[in-house]
Amino acid sequence: MTSAVAAADSPASLMAQYAQQAGVPVSGLSASRGAALYRTEHPGRDGKAVSCAGCHTANPTQAGRTRVGKRIEPLAPAANPQRFTDAAKVEKWFRRNCQDVLQRECSAQEKGDFIAWLSQAR
Amino acid sequence: MNYLLRGIGVVAAVGVFSLLAFSLPSADAHGDGGGNVLPRTTNKAWQQECASCHIAYSPAFLPKASWRRLMGGLDQHFGENASLDPATQADILRFLEANAADSGTSRMGSRVMQSTGASAAPLRITETRWFVHKHDEVSQATWSRKSIGSAANCAACHRQAEQGVFDEDTVRIPKQ
Repeated sequence: MTSAVAAADSPASLMAQYAQQAGVPVSGLSASRGAALYRTEHPGRDGKAVSCAGCHTANPTQAGRTRVGKRIEPLAPAANPQRFTDAAKVEKWFRRNCQDVLQRECSAQEKGDFIAWLSQAR
Repeated sequence: MNYLLRGIGVVAAVGVFSLLAFSLPSADAHGDGGGNVLPRTTNKAWQQECASCHIAYSPAFLPKASWRRLMGGLDQHFGENASLDPATQADILRFLEANAADSGTSRMGSRVMQSTGASAAPLRITETRWFVHKHDEVSQATWSRKSIGSAANCAACHRQAEQGVFDEDTVRIPKQ
C-alpha cells in the first residue's frame, strides 16, 4: 500500500497542526471537549438525531457501521493504528462528517480536541 | 531429481499459467461470465472512495446519465456529504461512464438497459426496473432484517458482491 509509505502524519503531528491553526498550545486541546463533540446529538437533515457515535458507536475502539451496513474500522488509534496518519484523509472526513452532524464545518480547535480525545481512548 | 524440486516446478508452472489465464483479456467479448458476474474492471479511486461507505457498486448497474447526476451531487449523496476533490471526482466519473450500463461493455449492463428507458437517469440502483424485477420475491420484512438493513447492502446476501459475483448460487439470505 502506497498510503502507508506516503503517510507521514500522526495523531500528535495533526494535533500540533490544528492547535497552531487555532492559535493555542497543544496543551490547550481538550480530550473531554473532544468526547463531548463525539457524543452530542444534533438534529440531522431529516429531523433524526445524529452524532459521531451514531455510526462509530459509543466506544470508538469498536468498529462501527455506515448507514447502509458496511463496517467502519475503529476510530481510536489504539484499536486502529491507520487512523490519523494521512492529513488529506482526515480533512476529507472532517469536511464531510462535520457537515452531516453539525451542519457546518468544524473549527481547528474542535478537530484538535477530537483527536486529543480519540488518541487516549482505550 | 528429487520429488521436492519437481513438485516446486509443477506448482510454479501452474501458478504462472493461471496468472496468465486470468490477467489476459478474455476471448469472450464481454468477459463477464454470463451476465451475473461482472467484468473485473476496476479503478483505484472508485474502489477506495466509493467503498468507504458501501460496496463499490458496479458502473454496469446504471446508465451514464445516472452516474453524471450522481457524481454532480456528492455533497448531498442520499442524505450524506460524500464530497470529493475535483480531480478524484472527475477520475471516478470517467471510469463510471466508460463502464456504465449503456456503454456496451458488459452483459449485466445490457440487461439493466433492457428495462430502462433510453433517457432515464435513475439515481438509485434499487429503483431500476431490472433490480425490482430481480428481487420481487424478497419481502419488506426480509429487507429490514438487522443484518441486511437496506437493499443497498448487496453483500448481506450476495456473499461475493465485492468481487462482482452476483450468481444466484452465491446468495445466502441471513435469517435475522
